[in-house]
Amino acid sequence: MTQTTSADVKLRKASDDSLLVTGHRAQASGMMGGVAHAALYLFLSAICLLLLFPSLWMISTSLKEPQQIFAYPPQLIPRPTVWWNYVEAMQKFPFFLYLRNTLIVTGLATFGTVLAASLVAFGFARRRFPERNFLFGVLLSTMMLPSIVTLIPTFVLFTKLGWVNTFLPLTVPSFFGGGAFYVFLLRQFYLTLPYDYDEAAYIDGASSLRVWWEIILPFSKAPLAAITVFTVLAHWNDFMGPLLYMNKPQMRTLALGLQFFRDQYVTQWNYLMAGSTLTLIPVLLLFFAAQRYFMEGILLTGLSGR
Amino acid sequence: MSARIKTRQGPLARKEAWEGRLYILPWVLGFLIFTVGPMIASVYFSFTKYSVLSGAKWLGLTNYTRLFTDDRLFGLSLYNTFYFVILSVPLNLFVAFLIALLLSVQVRGINLYRTLYYLPVITPAVASALTWGMLFSGDFGLVNAVLRALGLPTFNWLFDPQITKLIFVIMGLWGVGGSVIIFLAGLQNVPRVLYEAASIDGANLWHRFLHITVPMMTPLIFFNLVLGIIGTFQVFTGAYIITAGGPANSTLFYVLYLYNNAFKFFKMGYASALAWVLFVIILIFTIIQLRMARLWVFYEAER
Repeated sequence: MTQTTSADVKLRKASDDSLLVTGHRAQASGMMGGVAHAALYLFLSAICLLLLFPSLWMISTSLKEPQQIFAYPPQLIPRPTVWWNYVEAMQKFPFFLYLRNTLIVTGLATFGTVLAASLVAFGFARRRFPERNFLFGVLLSTMMLPSIVTLIPTFVLFTKLGWVNTFLPLTVPSFFGGGAFYVFLLRQFYLTLPYDYDEAAYIDGASSLRVWWEIILPFSKAPLAAITVFTVLAHWNDFMGPLLYMNKPQMRTLALGLQFFRDQYVTQWNYLMAGSTLTLIPVLLLFFAAQRYFMEGILLTGLSGR
Repeated sequence: MSARIKTRQGPLARKEAWEGRLYILPWVLGFLIFTVGPMIASVYFSFTKYSVLSGAKWLGLTNYTRLFTDDRLFGLSLYNTFYFVILSVPLNLFVAFLIALLLSVQVRGINLYRTLYYLPVITPAVASALTWGMLFSGDFGLVNAVLRALGLPTFNWLFDPQITKLIFVIMGLWGVGGSVIIFLAGLQNVPRVLYEAASIDGANLWHRFLHITVPMMTPLIFFNLVLGIIGTFQVFTGAYIITAGGPANSTLFYVLYLYNNAFKFFKMGYASALAWVLFVIILIFTIIQLRMARLWVFYEAER
């Protein structure tokens, strides 16, 4: 048991190191005085403001009266603040129905991706078999395959299967491997985990599935969180998928619903921006909740390009 | 490694091998069903006239000859896409690297900045497309208002075929956080001892950047370049929503044109031929980059 804790500490320490200590920190303290610091903050804040401004403008417009939207010079602060725009927007497009559809698609696809990617990565990282390196090479090369080549036959396949207007086309593929990039990220991370526990567990007669579940997964919370966030974002924001497969209005996701909403209320920017803000809020909350794990996960996944 | 595997024998090793194959089975199946199968079908479709409803009718090379001899929009959409890729990819890469360098400096509150810089990436594509469409509006758009306030010329962004493509370049830059985070991860992993050793040898900040940071980062620059080109060639959602390919087809990007053929005009065979032409173009780009990589990408000695 003492062995457990020491390795545990080592692992945690390694993660702290890669997060906090870089060459740049050493440089920063040595080379940069107060003026340089201030300049850095100023520059970072300026770019930050530039990057955030479109979103701020979106939110601000969503709370404005129509006249104020077209006013010159443009005004950032809505006067008066029309919260009613949100009530109107939610009535004009069935927000909760689209939200439900989006949650179903995103939830199932994310579950499938994380499950499949972690199992496949486990096979590639912790089990030895003759074809392993060759197949991993094939997997890596699929990352460079433009998805557009498979789009039409996949559409034909799902149409023939009668899957149009169901959640299946947007969720089932996730369970088959979960995407090469995620497998790659997880495999890189699994390779860095110490083998001591695995060996001990196997000697105790544990199955490899149990090693995956009770040893590998608990150590991989950060990269799994990173992959979860990536996948949620990809499916929440996916537009072409629902556009191809969700023809019935009651099957639309938020992304697709918003586009149809736009077609009806072309210039009513207050409602359109309220709708846009509504689609952003859930992912924004998730991102802030998972933010720490997300950053840590990406920084830990061995994305050092080996 | 592989030599060692071949010599490993015995029931335990065999069991481990079969387990390994079982774990990766979901991916193998997915690869066959959703990649290999569709790719083969796609080659076949590209030689036929096909609209899901009717069966495929063999046409031979007709789709391809029509593409190259009798389709103005094919050439135009290819031109638009190259224009966009050539402008957008290097610009994004450069800006992303610069921002990542700034964000890698360990100062107080830097994590907040890292998070904020990533926010545009999480904004749903449709929401951001609508917002940018509004910002670039000719009469009441914020972009023109700012230009006017600064005494600069304004543009009819959405309706002037000369400049519509720039909208998407700017939108691309706005979402640069995706590449930033990958660079940032790489910068964190540059071994600190290298900087320390260089400092002791008297290298200044610029030299350390040029001779340590840049070489150590080349694999990730390469990674972002390859995937950036592949992704940028397939630009779709923004153009579909903001301009729908107009005005005067100036934002008719390749995948948008392909989508129109396949799902608006139901010319699945023709669209498959379009897909294969794009595939070959991207493949050529990727192969050139893989070849060139030997000249400039630095890999640490195999561990």
